[in-house]
Amino acid sequence: MNDFLQYTLNGLTVGAFYALVALGYTMVYGIIRLLNFAHGDFFMVGAFLATGVLSLLTGSGLPSGLVVVVALVAATAAAAALGGVSARIVYLPLVKAPKLSLLVSALGLSLAVEYGTALSQGTGFRSVPHIGFLSAEHAIGLTDGVRLTYAQLGVIAVSLALMIGLYLYVTRTFTGTAMRVLAMDQDAARLMGVNVERTIMMTFIIGAGLAGTAGTMYALYYPQVNFLMGFLLGLRAFTAAVLGGIGNIPGAMVGGFLIGLLESYATGYVAGRWTDVVVFGVLIGVLVIRPSGILGERVAERV
Amino acid sequence: MALLEVTGLDASYGAIEALSGVSLRVEPGEIVAILGANGAGKTTLLRTLTGLHRAKAGTVLLDGQDITRRRAHDIVGMGFGHVPEGRRVFAALEVDGNLTMGGYQSRKEPAALAERRRQVYELFPRLAERQGQLAGTLSGGEQQMLAIGRALMNAPRFLALDEPSLGLSPLFTRNIFKIVRRIREQGTAVLLVEQNARQALRLADRGYVLETGRVALEGPAAELADDPRVKAAYLGGAPAEPSPRGPVASTSDNGGKGADGS
Repeated sequence: MNDFLQYTLNGLTVGAFYALVALGYTMVYGIIRLLNFAHGDFFMVGAFLATGVLSLLTGSGLPSGLVVVVALVAATAAAAALGGVSARIVYLPLVKAPKLSLLVSALGLSLAVEYGTALSQGTGFRSVPHIGFLSAEHAIGLTDGVRLTYAQLGVIAVSLALMIGLYLYVTRTFTGTAMRVLAMDQDAARLMGVNVERTIMMTFIIGAGLAGTAGTMYALYYPQVNFLMGFLLGLRAFTAAVLGGIGNIPGAMVGGFLIGLLESYATGYVAGRWTDVVVFGVLIGVLVIRPSGILGERVAERV
Repeated sequence: MALLEVTGLDASYGAIEALSGVSLRVEPGEIVAILGANGAGKTTLLRTLTGLHRAKAGTVLLDGQDITRRRAHDIVGMGFGHVPEGRRVFAALEVDGNLTMGGYQSRKEPAALAERRRQVYELFPRLAERQGQLAGTLSGGEQQMLAIGRALMNAPRFLALDEPSLGLSPLFTRNIFKIVRRIREQGTAVLLVEQNARQALRLADRGYVLETGRVALEGPAAELADDPRVKAAYLGGAPAEPSPRGPVASTSDNGGKGADGS
């Protein structure tokens, strides 16, 4: 029982990373039907940027809590900016082009960002400066032996807060609603006076920003970064988005946590090397039963 | 000065010419009907006016301002409402949410939006009853009401309606036409694209007949309704019988097909 509880906590932490990154995949897919290959790289850029900020500021005498906040904000902003710029120069000119062109340019952007990072930062693993209160010995002891570290608590709390914020943004604000109607009918959205190009850009900015936040927390949690980390995590996050129902925001959240939990249970109860088998096996199983994902709407044809 | 002034408008889909040299005008407070068979270019005309489709040549002036190359959301923001063919309501949004989106350009003026929403619900009591219902679950006629109400949320000076009666029962059609008259009474000029030529000409002040992308005929609505060519092609070839109640919906449809072959 204690094992189960511990695996659950670990799984929720990893799931939070997947969920945050999955949101970007699902929002962009919902709005322009693009599988954004480069999305995982926004996560990686966030992680590298946070590492840079942390290296610069640790030992400067600033309180470590402040250093973490600065790294988080800076990396989120940088990833969001990268998302916005790439939407402007890579995706928006191709919105009306065949979807395959869009997909190939996403692939190109992904490789450019990955290998650009490799060139400037090296291909090895880089370690992230040690932040005292985030290390494993600082934890809340629950029942005997089960521990929730401050780092885990932080990851789960920050992700949940961002997800709630995003949900309110998308359902309660004009711009958020514009994103949803844009996904339903682009021309009709234009006729409402929605600036479609700007709204698409905003979607990229928000999605990339969330990935940047996730990247920072990931760097602090594991503490190492690598230029391919976005590809590997992105694959799982994309799986989470599909599992939850691609295009569906709550679906991405559910899918992310579910994959995190599955992974943690598989590692704990079976063995680490079986993790992917279990995760993707479940994915296939779910999709066979519900092709549109757990929360995906059964596709209604537009009349 | 005309509210809408279109001069020599050309548009095409790839190599296929859809509009060539279309000129027309709409004066403030007018209802102008655009008639024509399927494929005559009526929908393309509206889409080109609102910037959803790119004009190849020609100019479109709205209240003297050149809007030919402006983007759709700017044109809508200048007071040009467009109710598209097939209604295009946001199916997964509630009725009320659709109206909210209609007021997107006025999102910084919540008081004005609340007032317009009240007016729309007054104009369409049926929508008021269904505020919380998803738009996709409404009937065709109700969706048409919603599409019009949604456009009115932007308080347009000019409203283009693309086939508002398409697929509606005669009762709903009459209702919609009554609404169009009320919209005009409130000071909005209307450009009405219709296959239902007889009813459209009864409602309109003036009309234009499009044939394969060109203006074939134009004039006051009463004159068009009496024109033998219009009668033959769009009014089912029936003699100028002033009988107001007839099997209207089907005759105009057949007329449209007849014109296609001519």
